[in-house]
Amino acid sequence: MQCVVTGGNVKVLAKAIHSLSRIGDELYVEPQEDGVSFSLQLTVFLCRYSIPDGRNFRCKIAIKSVQSVFRSLATLEKTVEKCHIELNEQKDRLTFTLHCKHGLLKTHNLSYQDSESLQAVFNKDTCTNEFRAQPRVLVDTVAHFPPSLEEVTVTVSDERMWVRNHVEDETERSKAMLTELCLASDEFDHFVVKTPNSVTFCLKEFRGLLVFAESSNLPVSMYFDEPGSPVVLSVTDGVLEGNFVLATLSDDPSLPKNKTGSIAHAPPSPPPDDFMNDDMDSYLIAMDTSVASGPSTAGPSASTLTDPCTSKLPEANHRTRTHSEEEEEEMEDGSERPPNKKFRSLFFGSVFPPSPKMSTQPVTTQEVLASDSEDES
Amino acid sequence: MKFRGKIVDVACLNHFTRVVTTISKLTKTCVLRLNPDNLFFVLSGKVANGGVSMWCELSQANFFDEYQMEGVSPENNEICLELAPENLSRALKTVQNAKSVKVKLTKKHCPCLTVCAELPTLSSSSRVVTHDVPVDVIPKRLWHEFKEPSVPDFDVSIYLPPLKTIKNVVDRMKNLSNFLVIEANMNGEMNLKIETDLVSVTTYFKDLGNPPWGDGASQDGGPTQSRDPDSMAEARVDVRKLQQFLVGQQVNPSKSMCNIVHQSVLHLILLHEDVSLQYFIPAVA
Repeated sequence: MQCVVTGGNVKVLAKAIHSLSRIGDELYVEPQEDGVSFSLQLTVFLCRYSIPDGRNFRCKIAIKSVQSVFRSLATLEKTVEKCHIELNEQKDRLTFTLHCKHGLLKTHNLSYQDSESLQAVFNKDTCTNEFRAQPRVLVDTVAHFPPSLEEVTVTVSDERMWVRNHVEDETERSKAMLTELCLASDEFDHFVVKTPNSVTFCLKEFRGLLVFAESSNLPVSMYFDEPGSPVVLSVTDGVLEGNFVLATLSDDPSLPKNKTGSIAHAPPSPPPDDFMNDDMDSYLIAMDTSVASGPSTAGPSASTLTDPCTSKLPEANHRTRTHSEEEEEEMEDGSERPPNKKFRSLFFGSVFPPSPKMSTQPVTTQEVLASDSEDES
Repeated sequence: MKFRGKIVDVACLNHFTRVVTTISKLTKTCVLRLNPDNLFFVLSGKVANGGVSMWCELSQANFFDEYQMEGVSPENNEICLELAPENLSRALKTVQNAKSVKVKLTKKHCPCLTVCAELPTLSSSSRVVTHDVPVDVIPKRLWHEFKEPSVPDFDVSIYLPPLKTIKNVVDRMKNLSNFLVIEANMNGEMNLKIETDLVSVTTYFKDLGNPPWGDGASQDGGPTQSRDPDSMAEARVDVRKLQQFLVGQQVNPSKSMCNIVHQSVLHLILLHEDVSLQYFIPAVA
């Protein structure tokens, strides 16, 4: 496998790598017909591509190694003209060669491990709730939550979206600080809710994606159905499309339960501006007259699910990707994964139709003027 | 028991946030007392905090555009809450650009101080963010623990050098010793000293000036009477406690001073036009 990334796309690739590094530690590399996938769990974007045979191949690399290739974005922009990526299966090596100005070549040889092909199962088109917003809106929203927060719950009704922090531990719930932000539908470029309900997912990955979307100034789309089904976050422009699939908690007793079609169970609009929601006085009387103070919190039984943020990849549910000339990577309809298997994956796909030139373009060998690799080829 | 306040002015919001942030750097939990005219952040000197205590007084009219409260009873028109100032600080910091911020006492999953802000957006509607800071209501029978401290019968009272300067000195001294001696006299001289087996270091400050307490503030045998102006009163304190006081200062005081009760307590006072902060550090042997 060999491919070349030219010009401004090198910086985009670098930004994507940095963005992915915020989310995970290992990068999966998988050559495909129309591009190479580098990602946390999947692909990014490329231009010219050739593959010696049609074998399905996939490997994984520590993401820090790849990050070191694209270390300084500012320098990349100024000095790198193109990036040549070559897979050497005999030596288990992935070579990145940066062609810089003044004829300088920087070669990075990274070792990898073989890995199985994996795909997450999702289908954006069948999701009943769909939103799209400028990244700034979402960045400003998550800014209200502390950086250490693991999970957020998003609740939607016809006209609004509420985002609040999710408190996992039941004992914490009585003493935790709760933050809730309400966004009106007109802050979004697109806002469609067919099944009002709530989903809870990992904030950390969401933030990573937002960093990328904001730096590339791409609107972020969000698709989901119901708790348990994944949330798909998507960024797209003419050249690439990224799909980010997050698992959601399938049964969270603290969420407002959804009755079909009913909006009534979404959080009500902010209460009228009066003093208090509840009667503090009776609470005080109760406190004064008893030794043990504090209201009893009759919390519901805790969810038995594990934290989505610490899950491992599911066992391979291999599906061959059906490539098409269109932008998306279509997934076949079919049974979804059982909701309590959690996974995170990031899909970026090239939207360039495979051109006839691509596969036949010979890759010219370049003289390596300066290489920092240990062994010679 | 009810409380509702509203801040509209951005400078007031900023100032209030900085005060709360300063408090959050001084202590993990504190008591918030509310009465019709003032807010107080109180830390009572207990063994758990190493005997350090704090009293911070804000005049509500200088911060809130609207302020309504009903205390526990008409005779005791006050509210006393225990909270983690860091939560409140975090909530306020995120809403600095709000059109208005309301703070109210609510009962959600537990009693909370709710910060509710209306944020500007590009669209026609506002974005509303709500932060619920859990609080504990302190029953009236415990209020005596959180009274305003009386000014101690000090031996010396002196204005402090710029806090930044002291902080620089204390930061370096902390590396050499756990305890620092602060001594001063009524002649405007103050020394910060550390002494170990290997080394002793002293930083001298002169011409600081001594606050004129006058009759109103001084107790019996006030400092102006029969005290040799050159005689130093000292307090040996844990340097980390002093450093903690200095590190979090976000409010630039118009006046800063300290009172020393010889070998007993160091009383630091920061005054701003609408906020006063008093901090007591006990002396160790």
